[in-house]
Amino acid sequence: MTRRYSNSFLSILVIILGFLAVYLISGVRPDIILKSIVISAFGSVYGLSETLTKSIPLVLCGLGLSLSFKASIWNIGAEGQLLMGAVGATWVVLYLMPNAPRLILILAMFLMGAILGGIWALITAILKVKFNLNEIIVSLMMNYIAIEFVNYLVYGPWKSPYEWGFPYSTKFPLSAQLSRISDTRIHYPTLILAIILAISLYIVLNKTKLGYEIRVIGDNIEAARYAGLDIPKIVLVVLLLSGGLAGLAGVGEVAGIHHRLRVASGISPGYGYTAVIVAWLGRLNPLLIILVSFLFGGLLVGGDAIQVSLGLPGATINFVNGLILIFVLVQSVSKARISYVRKRKK
Amino acid sequence: MEKILQMKGITKRFGNIVANDKIDFELNRGEIHGLLGENGAGKTTLMNILYGLYLPDEGEIYINGTKVDIKSPHDAIEFGISMVHQNFKLIQSHTVVENVALGLRDTRFFYPTRLIEKKIKNFSQKYNFKIDPNTPVWQLSAGEKQRVEIIKAFCRDAKIFILDEPTTMLTPNETRELFRLLRLLKEEGISIILITHKLDEVIEVCDRVTVLRGGKKVDTVEIGKVDKEELTRMMFGQDIVLKGRDRYMGNFGEDLALEVKDLTVLNDKGLVAVKGVSFDIHRGEILGIAGVSGNGQKELIEAITGLRKAIKGSIKILGEDVTNMGVKEILNRRVAHIPEERVRMGIVPSMSLEENAILKSYDKSPFSNGLMLDHGIISGYAKELISKYGISALDEKVPAGTLSGGNIQKLILARELSVSPILIIASHPTQGLDVRSTRQIHELLLRKKEEGCAILLVSEDLQELINLSDRIAVMFNGSIKGIMDIDRVNIEEIGALMVGV
Amino acid sequence: MNAILEVLKATIPAGTPLLLGALGEIYVERSGILNLGVEGIMIMGAVSAFGVTAITGNVWLGVILSALIGGGMSLIHAFNSITLKANQTLSGLALTMLGLGLSGLIGKRYIGMPLPNKIYNLPILGLKDIPLLGPVLFDQDPIVYISYILAFVFWFFLFNTRFGLELRSVGESPDVADSAGIDVFRIQYLAVFIGGIMAGLGGAYLSVFYAPAWIEGMTAGMGWIVLAITIFSLWRPERAVVGSYLFGGIRVLQYKLQPFGISPNILNMLPFIFTILVLMLASKEISRKKISAPSSLGIPYFREKIT
Repeated sequence: MTRRYSNSFLSILVIILGFLAVYLISGVRPDIILKSIVISAFGSVYGLSETLTKSIPLVLCGLGLSLSFKASIWNIGAEGQLLMGAVGATWVVLYLMPNAPRLILILAMFLMGAILGGIWALITAILKVKFNLNEIIVSLMMNYIAIEFVNYLVYGPWKSPYEWGFPYSTKFPLSAQLSRISDTRIHYPTLILAIILAISLYIVLNKTKLGYEIRVIGDNIEAARYAGLDIPKIVLVVLLLSGGLAGLAGVGEVAGIHHRLRVASGISPGYGYTAVIVAWLGRLNPLLIILVSFLFGGLLVGGDAIQVSLGLPGATINFVNGLILIFVLVQSVSKARISYVRKRKK
Repeated sequence: MEKILQMKGITKRFGNIVANDKIDFELNRGEIHGLLGENGAGKTTLMNILYGLYLPDEGEIYINGTKVDIKSPHDAIEFGISMVHQNFKLIQSHTVVENVALGLRDTRFFYPTRLIEKKIKNFSQKYNFKIDPNTPVWQLSAGEKQRVEIIKAFCRDAKIFILDEPTTMLTPNETRELFRLLRLLKEEGISIILITHKLDEVIEVCDRVTVLRGGKKVDTVEIGKVDKEELTRMMFGQDIVLKGRDRYMGNFGEDLALEVKDLTVLNDKGLVAVKGVSFDIHRGEILGIAGVSGNGQKELIEAITGLRKAIKGSIKILGEDVTNMGVKEILNRRVAHIPEERVRMGIVPSMSLEENAILKSYDKSPFSNGLMLDHGIISGYAKELISKYGISALDEKVPAGTLSGGNIQKLILARELSVSPILIIASHPTQGLDVRSTRQIHELLLRKKEEGCAILLVSEDLQELINLSDRIAVMFNGSIKGIMDIDRVNIEEIGALMVGV
Repeated sequence: MNAILEVLKATIPAGTPLLLGALGEIYVERSGILNLGVEGIMIMGAVSAFGVTAITGNVWLGVILSALIGGGMSLIHAFNSITLKANQTLSGLALTMLGLGLSGLIGKRYIGMPLPNKIYNLPILGLKDIPLLGPVLFDQDPIVYISYILAFVFWFFLFNTRFGLELRSVGESPDVADSAGIDVFRIQYLAVFIGGIMAGLGGAYLSVFYAPAWIEGMTAGMGWIVLAITIFSLWRPERAVVGSYLFGGIRVLQYKLQPFGISPNILNMLPFIFTILVLMLASKEISRKKISAPSSLGIPYFREKIT
């Protein structure tokens, strides 16, 4: 009992201190910030629709990351994998098959997005398997490289001559734009895809041979070796799938929302990083991740809102994310650990 | 006699298990005091309490008649207590002198190792052995590592030395050297507690002995006043007869289950760990491999089970060459592997008992159709294993990591033996288990042998090897020295081979 | 010749924030703790140093405060990973997010603001006239000189003092250190704190000396490069010097190549690609020399094991 209290106490302390810090620095009262976030994200039909829109890439990236994390592979590269997915979609639409019929074009976009996202993650996987490199650092480096690559494309070779000098690619034809629910920005084909994939992933993890292998590797790699599992192959497959899922998110963003490739920060406000928290808060459970993504979608919408209405910088939301991650961390500390802490104090 | 240490009414519980139950213990100045008992009798727990690694739930400790509170090893060291653990508490990548310096509180801040280097040289001269203070510890033999531990205790000016099973890792020669050193230390007024389960050692070197059984103290007696039979009775609670088993000498048949020829294997550091080893095992035969750990047994087993590449030689199973095949391919030739470190390697702790039961066969029918797993069949199968092998667990859904050591080993055996193996590789199968589990596991192995399995049994427990094996080979320094039939085995010869004579 | 000297001279300050951060992280990892929050701590150091300097006009007050803030922030990670024994990877990532967010909040008002006083190089008389080396090494700002001294001190303390021995022992095998009566937690807290101070200093150098300006997100991945340098250094301060200046050189090259018409975005990729290459080199060396990271790196230490 006391354990749960001390745990919750710590978590609440973290949040209170965090908001106090925001107040001291910005002079904006935390309750106003909270209210503003909640109302803008969940208080209107428009808000809800935006929240749902922003939760789509979070679900896809969160699913991808949860798969990696389940295998104890620390892929922090969803951001770059998402961006490469966006590049893949743009490539298909503007250069590879601009005149294909709508259905084929859309399928090809998603496929190419998944492939490029997957390959981007595969580079990390190969460096991990072949050279034993730390995947956290490599996947992060790959994020930075992807960001620069996207920016290079839109400032350079893929820059549209028709956009008044803005760093945009040419606008996608109507045939490549995903349908939306009436006048919202909810590109529902991606949303449906995300939900289907979440359910599939749940089944893969819990009911299939591959899922079993992933869980064995994630929990005890020595036992996996002892039982003769093909660890390098499984690591490659996991990262390929993981990156592919994040790549799909990128396709959704360019084909469903922007209808063009633009600078990296315009495509993703850090979905790939937020998804790390989504995956953990969702306890790596694909179905829970859908729910958590919706909350974090709201947080992103709220983040935009407090920028406009309260004049807080966009980075504030990073801070809130960090707080929540620490909150998750403190909550997840196991029973034995807390009882140990108490013993030491005594 | 001057009492240097008294422990009164020490009780320690781990969950529902009472590891120490109101134990009283006394130690005189300048004596060697044996702490005798079976595995799990509570010896190590009691000493961990004295050394501040565990806090007792009840009881008091007096040193030189003053009541003390020992909350950490730091406190223990302040009170002049030093412990030489069974697994040496040395840092492998540090040098000898760094390891010794680490244990001393009063080294200088700058260049802490300089003065100590001299101290080590003095000590080794005084007691007449060789050790280079600047060698990294991983390059030392077990006996040398132990000496480093004793030097550590000595340099701390410890008055009480606790030695936990000090001879397990030693060759007979090194053991003799150790006892010589202990007697010299005793002459200087140092008190030594010797934790052991070996009667002969107690009789050879101790002045008094305290016997523990099942967490309780049986008695403290002077060595001159008891004989071996009495001590045995105190240890086990009843007369047990150490007799050879009724050996099944069935028709092995002509089939060679395993043939190893001229096998050479490297260890993790890239050095030759197994040097041109050759042997074979018939079906229905148990070949025991004796030897001190670290003489290439681990690498040999890993090569046979496909976990490590052989750089020379061949391995054949039922006549088929399997050299350098993958783990899975060897597994598919019905080879069971009971690994040395059962929790680290043998199970996936957070996954359920049933999922652990199929670790080796999850990809095969009827558990899997190649894509999906059939949890209904898996759970039925696990229930069957639980009842057949007497695994005590709440149900088949509990995480395997929550089981006790004995039950984990039974789970591993159940899994490995249910593939109807031709060859069983068993590495230290009963290490650290209680008497009951040990007996059950021995019976299982013997039954499998009768059914025609070939068994390669690697163990440091000579008694276990003698009770189970048909032939015994000794492994020393990567080579196999002499393989002898059980009828012609004699302990002295094995002992000599273990040292490489 | 002059051009090369100029590049070399610019390399030293470009590598200095990395060196400061890497020296600290080496100590952190030597104690067995993995702090992935370097990026967040550095940027907090950068913003606080800039802010204090801008308000008080005193550079040194800014530098000292940023070191303290870095140290203080690292204590969050220390508490998570040492006391709570929570997942160190997640805690480090959280710290990075906190730092990036909080620095954005704090720094909003400093964007585009100039510093009241310019920092000049402080040539060391006598030494700066050494041919070649002199102008490169000894015509720099004060923090660069401090970083030379710190590199030596970090090396010396790690291998020649009681503290260094205890630090290395705790990271290699905390249970052995514990049974030798060493307060594992105290050493780990101290190491993480030192790491935080150094990362804070690195950030301060970036915003007050190197740039000098406040730009949101100005560390731009340097914290992660620090982690790569730590691996490349094989956890030895003397090798971190080499690694940091290598990356400093890449950064200088990035600017020097711009006039040649190469896309700045492609040039911006250089340090990150180079990081991966350097990690591959280090990995080769690690497997060839059979050395390894501190054995208990990233693994929380529990004393009482109930079996």
